[in-house]
Amino acid sequence: MSVAGSRARPIRSVALHAALFVGAIGTLTPLLWMVGASLMKAGEANQLPPRLFPKDPTLEQYVALFTRLDLARHFFNSVIITVAATMLSILINAMAGYAFGKLHFRGRDRIFGTLLGALVVPAQVGMLPLFLLLREMGLVNTYMGALVPYLASVLGIFLVRQYVMSVPDELIHAARVDGAGEFRIFWTLILPVIRPILATLATFVFLSAWNDFMWPLIILSDSAKYTLPVALANLAGEHVQDVELMMAGSVLTILPVMIVFLVFQRAYVRGIMAGGVKG
Amino acid sequence: MRSPAAPHESRAAWIFAGPALALIALFFVLPLLAGFVLSLTDFDVYAIGSPGVARFVGLGNYLKTLESRDFWNALRNTLYFVVVGAPISLLVSLGAAMLLSARLVRFKSVFRTIYFAPVVTTIVAVAVVWRYLYHPHYGLLNYLLGLVGLGPVDWLGDPHWAMPAIILLSVWKNFGYNMLIFVAGLQSIPDELYEAAEVDGAGPWSRFRHVTLPGLAPTFLFVGVTVMIGYFQLFVEPYVMTQGGPLRSTTSVVLLMYEQGFRWWRMGAASAIAFILLAITLAGTLVQMRLQRARR
Repeated sequence: MSVAGSRARPIRSVALHAALFVGAIGTLTPLLWMVGASLMKAGEANQLPPRLFPKDPTLEQYVALFTRLDLARHFFNSVIITVAATMLSILINAMAGYAFGKLHFRGRDRIFGTLLGALVVPAQVGMLPLFLLLREMGLVNTYMGALVPYLASVLGIFLVRQYVMSVPDELIHAARVDGAGEFRIFWTLILPVIRPILATLATFVFLSAWNDFMWPLIILSDSAKYTLPVALANLAGEHVQDVELMMAGSVLTILPVMIVFLVFQRAYVRGIMAGGVKG
Repeated sequence: MRSPAAPHESRAAWIFAGPALALIALFFVLPLLAGFVLSLTDFDVYAIGSPGVARFVGLGNYLKTLESRDFWNALRNTLYFVVVGAPISLLVSLGAAMLLSARLVRFKSVFRTIYFAPVVTTIVAVAVVWRYLYHPHYGLLNYLLGLVGLGPVDWLGDPHWAMPAIILLSVWKNFGYNMLIFVAGLQSIPDELYEAAEVDGAGPWSRFRHVTLPGLAPTFLFVGVTVMIGYFQLFVEPYVMTQGGPLRSTTSVVLLMYEQGFRWWRMGAASAIAFILLAITLAGTLVQMRLQRARR
């Protein structure tokens, strides 16, 4: 067994790594091609055999995005909506998650159970009346209207609750005995302790608000207010032939979320594990 | 053990939970209820300006929807996407997770990050990218197929290939997410079980069959349900890549709902479609829970 095992080991190892490597190439190729084509001159991406990398890299497509297509405006729209959604949702969900995890009130567990049940309802089911409601409230075509769905999230409350439950009760009791009010306890005791899960939540909200398409498409009817994905989908219809230009637009759309993901990867992955294993 | 709620604690709790609960009530629960009422009316483009003209039509929208060929076509397309796409996605996720979890593998975190990268990308942007990868003449995919003597395939122009093309894109985009959940599930299986199986002379397949799969059962339930719910919501890929075509072969239920509701402003009819989708999703969830319980 040991002789055969030690001989089989290198072969197995090579096979495993080869499989992982092929998978990695396959996974990255579409993204690499996107970046490569975005640095090509107009027309260069439409030739045979297809090129993965530009002959002379040029930034002319990116210049065109900001001059001819005015994508800076949409980039700015996306940044405002995403950053506001992220900050507000951290505050709202952290407070609620703390209440459900550590404070006692009547009906707490029943309400929480109902909230979890709501996770199986597809978001699209309520979208038509939500649009009509926001129309009545005068929020169609506003940043506020665009960020409404991200403010309170059941998943966010769930993540914070699970995390805050690991904070020892004695800590909170001691603070109360010392005469700290409930708000002081939340701000100065709880928030610093739960910072890791807030990073997780922030990454989740940032990525989903930035990447979302259907809701901003519905609620933002004035093209000046379009978020980047909505503007990109619109342009992709008009500029079907401009492959290189559209690839530059795609890079511009994906780059911010990619950076946020790479920086906050650990926090983000922790959230997926927490949601997946315990959910 | 739990102490009875002190009044000031209970008041603080409501203040802390209040904003979130109010927002959920106003922007989620209320629209859900209103949507059901809406689905019982003939709310249309004329009612947008003056909601008073909408009339109660009972189950009329549901009956009309269930009689329309467009709906059944959209449902068939969506079921194709769910029934073929979701299992493929799960298998790829599980395969990648098992490769990543193998003890001999080095640079695990590099591979994990690469496999996960498509998950965080913007779906609109990658749909635009893949539209060019699928180009019948210049697309990379047909070029690669040509190297091994296959194709060319008119991926997005042929009604038989458009949905498989969308499935391939979705699997690429999504498998990394459930891969991570499977990795966590695999970690939770105690090593002793594998060692015991090995002592009993179980080969790799037998260990997979009798240790890995049963150990992953809870993970499968969670992943199966979430993937199914997610796949039923197919919208962006056909919206950006095919506009539901060719010959409406990629029109999904949500795309149909969007067209009815926000292109033609038939809000009543669109709401009925939304609630039929909800009913199907709930039924699918229950069936999965039953199946998994029965298997255990």
